[in-house]
Order: sequence, then C-alpha cells, then structure tokens
Amino acid sequence: MKKIVLAALCFLFLAAPAAFGADTLKIGFNIPLTGDIPDVGESSKNAAELLKKQVNAAGGVEIGGKKYTLDFVYEDNESKAESALSAARKLITQDKVIGMVGPQSSKQAVPAGETANELKTPMIAPWSTNPNTTKNRPYVFRACFLDTFQGPVAAMFAKQEFSAKKAAVLYDIASDYPKGLAEDFKAAFEKINGPGSVVAFETFTTKDVDFSAQLTNIVKSGADVLFVPQYYNEVPLIVKQAKALGWKNPILGSDSWGSGDLMGLCGDDCKGFFFVTHYAAAGAQGATKDFIDKYQAAYTKTPDDVAALTWDAINLLLTGIKNAGVTGDVAKDREAVKDALQKVKDFDGITGKMSFPSGGDPVKCAVVVKIDEQGKFSFFKSVCP
Amino acid sequence: MESLIQNILNALQWGSFYSLIALGYCLVYGVLSLINFAHGDIFMAGAYFAFFGATFLLGKTGVIPPGMPGWAVLALTIPISMILTSALGVTLERVAYRPLRRKGAHKLYVVITALMCGLVLENGNLALFGASRKNFPTLVPQIVYSLGGVSVTNLKVAVILVAVLSFLFLHYVVGKTKIGMAMQAISYDRFAVPLMGIPTDTVIVFTFVLGSSFAALAGVLFAMSYPVLDPFMGALIGWKAFIAAVVGGIGSIRGAFAGGFLLGFVEIMVVAFFPSTFRDLIAFSILLLILSLKPTGLFGVARRTKI
Repeated sequence: MKKIVLAALCFLFLAAPAAFGADTLKIGFNIPLTGDIPDVGESSKNAAELLKKQVNAAGGVEIGGKKYTLDFVYEDNESKAESALSAARKLITQDKVIGMVGPQSSKQAVPAGETANELKTPMIAPWSTNPNTTKNRPYVFRACFLDTFQGPVAAMFAKQEFSAKKAAVLYDIASDYPKGLAEDFKAAFEKINGPGSVVAFETFTTKDVDFSAQLTNIVKSGADVLFVPQYYNEVPLIVKQAKALGWKNPILGSDSWGSGDLMGLCGDDCKGFFFVTHYAAAGAQGATKDFIDKYQAAYTKTPDDVAALTWDAINLLLTGIKNAGVTGDVAKDREAVKDALQKVKDFDGITGKMSFPSGGDPVKCAVVVKIDEQGKFSFFKSVCP
Repeated sequence: MESLIQNILNALQWGSFYSLIALGYCLVYGVLSLINFAHGDIFMAGAYFAFFGATFLLGKTGVIPPGMPGWAVLALTIPISMILTSALGVTLERVAYRPLRRKGAHKLYVVITALMCGLVLENGNLALFGASRKNFPTLVPQIVYSLGGVSVTNLKVAVILVAVLSFLFLHYVVGKTKIGMAMQAISYDRFAVPLMGIPTDTVIVFTFVLGSSFAALAGVLFAMSYPVLDPFMGALIGWKAFIAAVVGGIGSIRGAFAGGFLLGFVEIMVVAFFPSTFRDLIAFSILLLILSLKPTGLFGVARRTKI
C-alpha cells in the first residue's frame, strides 16, 4: 500500500508539468520574535537560518530527483494566542507554505494547531508539551515529549534523588503549559507517595512579580522539594524570593527553564537546582555535538533546547516532504506530507530518536539536567518511557 | 501565627511600592487635577535608568574600571536615577501637558495625552532596548534574618523604611514649606495664584520633579527586589497604584500612602488564604465597597465645583 502511494505520488510528480517552476520549498515559522519570551523566538530563528544556509549551500533538498532550495517565512506571534492565530492563517492562506514550524509555547500552539488542522496544513510544534496541541488533530505534530510524561519524570526524580515525601508546587494558573504540568506532577507524585503528599499547591497569575504570600505558605508547609514549571523570566524571581523567605530545600523545574537567558537573569541563585528537559548541551555527542559546534560558530552561544528542537522539527518536516514528494499543488502536497509524517519511524533527531506510533506525539527520552557551579546545564540523568 | 507575621511583612514590602507610586499620582493630581497616567511608565523608566546607572558604575560597559563596591554603586545609582527620571517627568510636562494647558484644552484631552505618553515610553523602550529582560545586578548581598520562623531580609526592611520616610518627607514638604504652600494654593485656585505673584509654572515643574523622583526611588527598590526588568513592568502596577490613590482619597498625601498599603495588604492576604485567582476579585471588590461608602476616598475631602 505504502509503495503504491509512493509510486502514485512519484507519478503525480512526474506528470505534473514543470511549468510550476516550484523549485523552492516554502516553510512557515510561527514564532515569538517579540513579546514575553523573545529569546525563544530568536533561538528558533537562529536554528532555522543555520539549517537553511547549510541545505541551500549544498544545492537544496533532493526530492524525486529534483533539487529544491528552502524558503523560510518568519511570522511574529508576539507570544500572544490571538497573534499566533493570525500568523498561522497568514502563512497558510497568503504565503501558501507547505508546512509550518511553531508556535513554541503551548499558549499559542494550542489555538494555532486548531487553525492548521482546519485549513489542512501540517504543523510541527517543536516545544509545546501540552496534550491539547495535537489532540484529535491529524495535521498537528510535535518534536518534544508531553507534559503528561514530564510530570511523572519530575515526580520520579524527586523521589529517587531527594527521597522526597512531601512536595510543593508553585505555578501560573493562567497559562496552559505550567498549569497542565503542575497537575500532572501532582497526580504522579501523589501516586508514588500517597494522597495529600503534595502539601502546597500554590498559584499565581501571568505578569505577577511578587510571590511572597505563596512562598510563605510553601515554606511553612514543610515540603522536601519545590516544583516550579515556569518560564525563564519568572524562575529567577521565584528562586530569589524563596531563598529570602528561608527556603533551603531543592527546587525542581521543567523544560521551560532551559530556554532563554535563565542564568543571565538568575545568576548564582539558580546554581545547584535541577530541571527536566529535552536535551543537554554539556556532554553531547555525535550529530548533537556537530549541531552545537556549528551553532556556536555562527552565533557565539550555546543552543538552547528550543533551538535543538526547532532544528529537529524542520528536519522532521523535510523528511515528511521528502517521503511524500512534491507535486506543486499545495493542498495535495499538504495532505501527502501529513500522511508521510504519521508514518515516520526512528527519525534520528539531535534530541533523540523519534517515532510517531499514535498520532502527533513522538515517543522519546527525557533528560534531567543539573545547573552546575559554573552555571552550565550539565547532563545528570536520562529517563526513558 | 508565624505565617501571619511573615505575610504582614510581605504585605508591607509590596504595599510600599504601591504607596511610593501612588504618592506621585497624588502630587500631580493634587496640583493640576491631572491624572498622570504615564506615571507607571515613569516608574519603569526609573528602574531602567537605575539599571543603566548601576551597570555603568559597576564597570560592565567598560567606560570606568570595575571594582567599585556595591554599596557605593547603590548610593550613586539612586540619585542618578532620581535626577534622570525627574528630567523625564519634567520633559513630559513641558512637551505634552503644558502646551495643552496654555491652550486651555479640556482636562479630558490632557488625560488622554498622559495615556499616550505612557504608551510612547513603553514602546520607545521596547524599540530602543529590545524585548529581552534585563537583569538588575545585585548591589548589596541579600542577608536573610530568621527570627522564630519569620524571615526578614535587609532589603525588605530598607524598602519599608524608605516608603515611610518618603511619606514623612512629602508630608513635611507639602504641609510646612513655602513651595508646598504654593502647591496647595494652586490646587485651591489655579487662576488666582498667579495674580498673587506666585510662579505657577515653577511650582508645577517642582511637583513633577517630586513625583518623578519618588517614582524613580520606587523603581530602584523594585528593581532590587524583583530584579527582572521589562518595558511593560510599570503598566499594571501603575494602574493599580492609581486605584490605590483614588481609594485613599486622591489629592491627599496621607490617602495615597494609606491606599497603597491597603491594596498591598489585601492582595497579599487574599493570596495567603485563598487561591491566587481570587486576588484581584476580592481586592477590588473591597476597594469598590470603600468607594461606594465614601466616594471621596478614605482621606479625601469633597470639593465643590466652581462654575
């Protein structure tokens, strides 16, 4: 069956008149270049530009015997859900991209995924870990693992590493990503340590800067570990205020810690803490190291997980396009790419091997990273499903 | 009990910021009956001036050699930020508000102008320095004192002390000094005052200098307490501080001070005992109730409109 489809696609490609002259592949990026997390947008764009340069310098991607150069369109979603929607619509209807990469955070990826699915365009969200992003949406994929996986890993790690019996959680209730993750962590931790073992489950709202009341409750609750599934701009404030209020136990974070300029904002206060993530730059090998070296040479900084996942997401999309072939009819191509992506097996990404056995969510491993004394994110432990 | 004392301290610190900003709203309103909606962004500018001052003095820009002790940097950063922010406040008054006042424009237009000035400051900052967060350097190491389960830092004590001293200072300036009397006089009757030979414009400029420099002071302390700066940091807090000033009785120094602490207390206490989503709901319901019982605010005085 697969072969027939492929043969048919090849036939379509051969039959399609070359009059289209479409020897470029247009891929859209829906990323936060401004707004709350501009560093995330910058990393995505850096990775994309690096890949584009590398591929185009080699003459382009070869599909069905023909070389296609890459053409990337960057749309700024301002880190807002509404703007992510309009960016997705613009990329699909105006720019006529064959597929999209992004948005990065779940707050934008969940609504943008709906648009992509409705307008039948493949979308790969590199960094969004909320289950709703891909749920019942055949056209939407992701390059990272799920919140539902990250929560249990963090709970497991807290138990194994700190022998924690009581945990506290502080999270932003108004944002999809931290909320989902906090609930998953709570469920997993209480499954291991019994009901009521999450002794403080405190919330705040986006843009809050003072967490003293919540942290006072957390310090008084006698928890052994604090789980903070927040972004890099909030983590420094939480960590510093927790220390000022007398918190002395470990703090555990999620993959959102690793993006952006966490250490620049947090300084010495974050050293010695752990977070669950997709990849660790320190201690990398093979293709991952190769990517890190190239990225460092181009931008004089270490790529964060957003950059690595964006790199994988683009390659994943290109693999899909390669397997599907290009006819020049955008609507047909989009559907073929979607079908090809669903069949991807053991895709060798720089953040680990990925397969898509059930819909848009890959099966892959998580890494626990320690922020060491030099402020580097060093590999600590790998946890596979 | 320990939690309660801890939360009272937290509330005092958080309320201090509202109070310091509310004082600025109150001064300008008291003299000009102008709601200076750009005030929250002047506060933001104060924090940014402090950031640039501190990084410059620490030698991170390479102009002066590094090695100056943190306390000395702080001692210089505060006046630098206050002076630059005052200059900014006065510039706004000269460029935006005074021409309108001269032309006798309706107050509504001046208020809208103030709103626009705030947006210009926010987006100007965004355009000039980008959207990346700035990390305010640690100037004085934080020392945590633990007293029977209650944690206090040197910074927390300093913030609360500065807020109280600022209030006492402003109370004295407005109530006891000559220029303070002139401010009150303008507030009472803006048209009769020049006839008495009081230079109205000088007094108004002085008002903006006072308001802006206290916003800068709040900005420095805020940047030290919450060391992640972004261009929109002043918008929400400025807006809430304005509400605090109105509840306290806008135009009254005592009212602004009390209103700021009241809002800080309600916010912290609600979060301490309820889910945080209830914070603004309960906080503003209480403030609404106070206003409906006493429309002039806690310390406000009803004014008759002269026709």
